[in-house]
Amino acid sequence: MSAGAAALTLYDKIVAAHTVRRIDEAHVLLYIDRHILNEYTSPQAFSGLATAGRRVRRPAANFGVVDHVNPTLPARTAYIADSQAARQVEYFGENCRAEGIEMFGLLDARQGIEHVVVPEQGIALPGMVIACGDSHTTTYGALGALGFGIGTSDVEHVLATQCIVYRPLRNMRIRIDGELAPGVSAKDLIMAIIRRIGVAGATGYAVEFAGEAVQRLDVAGRMTLCNMIVEAGARGAVMAPDEAVAAFLQGRPHAPRGANWLAAQADWQGLRSDDDAWFEQDLQLDAADVAPLVTWGTSPDQSVPITAMAPDPREEPNPERRRAMEQALAYMGIAAGAPMQSLRIDRAFIGSCTNGRLEDLRAAAQVLAGRKVAPHVRAMIVPGSSQVRRDAEREGLHQIFTDAGFEWRQSGCSMCLAMNDDVLGPGERCASSTNRNFEGRQGRGGRTHLMSPAMVAAAAVAGYLADVRSVGGA
Amino acid sequence: MAVFTSVSGVAAPLPQANLDTDVIMPKQFLKGITRDDLARGVFFDLRFDAHGAERTEFVLNQPAYRQSRFLVVGPNFGCGSSREHAVWGLSQLGIRAIIGSSFGSIFQDNCYRNGLLPICLLPHEVQRLLVLCADADCAQLRVDLLEQMVELPDGSRIAFSIDALRREDLLNGRDAIASTLQFAAEIDAFEHSHWRQHPWLAPKLAGE
Ligand code: SF4
Repeated sequence: MSAGAAALTLYDKIVAAHTVRRIDEAHVLLYIDRHILNEYTSPQAFSGLATAGRRVRRPAANFGVVDHVNPTLPARTAYIADSQAARQVEYFGENCRAEGIEMFGLLDARQGIEHVVVPEQGIALPGMVIACGDSHTTTYGALGALGFGIGTSDVEHVLATQCIVYRPLRNMRIRIDGELAPGVSAKDLIMAIIRRIGVAGATGYAVEFAGEAVQRLDVAGRMTLCNMIVEAGARGAVMAPDEAVAAFLQGRPHAPRGANWLAAQADWQGLRSDDDAWFEQDLQLDAADVAPLVTWGTSPDQSVPITAMAPDPREEPNPERRRAMEQALAYMGIAAGAPMQSLRIDRAFIGSCTNGRLEDLRAAAQVLAGRKVAPHVRAMIVPGSSQVRRDAEREGLHQIFTDAGFEWRQSGCSMCLAMNDDVLGPGERCASSTNRNFEGRQGRGGRTHLMSPAMVAAAAVAGYLADVRSVGGA
Repeated sequence: MAVFTSVSGVAAPLPQANLDTDVIMPKQFLKGITRDDLARGVFFDLRFDAHGAERTEFVLNQPAYRQSRFLVVGPNFGCGSSREHAVWGLSQLGIRAIIGSSFGSIFQDNCYRNGLLPICLLPHEVQRLLVLCADADCAQLRVDLLEQMVELPDGSRIAFSIDALRREDLLNGRDAIASTLQFAAEIDAFEHSHWRQHPWLAPKLAGE
């Protein structure tokens, strides 16, 4: 065998290190180090387990987080008005307790969005495989862990076996060199990537992010990248862990300590793709070419720079794409060719597992300091976790937000998917730091424009979609 | 799990690209703790207007397509959220197979887990079926998993390939967990050596 044939990508190494056995040419039985559960994709898995008379194989490897259905009212109580949501949370608690699974419930100081909480608690570590009944589990790639989303049947499978029947993905690398311009963030980078490769551009692939612009991002920014690559279809993301990752993890509640910490750090040195590893797709991007982006349509790849105009379907030669564009523009209530900055917003939302971390709130606060939200805009900040909320308050960010006219809420998924009572009304237009602008995602008939937290802040102040670079502060 | 061998029935065309699982099963139907009663939620905003009345223009509301067993769909069907409720609902609505050129990857796995067959064809083959099925009189297909082919009303056939393991699961209605549990001893042995090599990865209960 030549040296080249033996060269492995980081993704290949992690998969190899977790292969319990080969099932056939295409599949392996893959060991899952940690399994994260939430209240809305787990109930049927627990019921299925009980019906079959099975138990959770490795309770300590599982963590439960309440995040999707809970209210985010400024005063947190255990009360949930929606009786179905209340029952879900209650059932989740019953199951976690019965199986001995550690749970971060609604009143727990560690509660928050699962993909914010898991890194925050030091649960996700380099080299791990982590599964969760939620598509944005790719987030953990930023820490050098392979995370991926699974459906409820596979949640049941992991609970019972701590393994999954896995078909390894193909390798794609996205190298981002150069330097981000002022006002441009990790969110703009990932939106630029999705815009370039399309919403199915990474389907069937695990994506490794590399390049100096990626290394220069803080861990929070890297999480934004890995989190949202799922919107290009990727079922996994990885990044070689570096000193920034070690510094991020050190001292966190579930991070290794003492001799284990030293051994782990030595081991993590090997978590990188071999120099001559082969990637079936190898993309390059110059960070300097990226401008602040906003979506105009109902799919995360339908975006343009904020200074541009919504596209004109008449200029699209492909009839199917033309129809899709017309449909999206009609749903969004946007005239063909309208300048993006002419769109008046009704709502502004900062939060989600993509952009609900302390760093995101700081970026928004920089724009909002000493400014006011436009009178016709209802604006909300929902911190990614209760810890983020406390940290922000310690820095006084909440004061800036409330002075500006933002609602300062408790943590949860909130209007990212609007399963609780934070919902857009029909036709309402929202500047949102979330990850999906699908039809009805934030409420039936609601119109979502995806952008960075700083851009949401700028839009909230202007009352229109706005360029953070001209509003200033960022 | 439902066994799939050969199924005949009506196929409804849904050519729109990137129909995501939020559209297939909106959030208000995700609040249950069972898999039941999800048929009404499928494509809810496309099937029903704001007052809950059926939208007559939506294909599954048209008399000829009400009993559809198959969907012929646009690219990247089922992208987005991992919610398996989308697949449960489609099954409860009577859908047995979905034919498209590509699928969201978690959605595709969820289909296999529930006896719903996702069939990947080449874009021009899907296009041919979309055109055919748009005419209600020609929308009758037979999908045969043993022979791995879709049979058209004129008797012509389109072959498809499928992951061999998933095919076996569907043909036999196999319990995936039971299959994996055959290897329980190997999983034990794996854990043992995995944690010996990487002691910091061994999970600990709170307080341990
Ligand atoms: S914040 Fe949004 S994307 Fe993230 S887990 Fe919650 S609902 Fe999903």
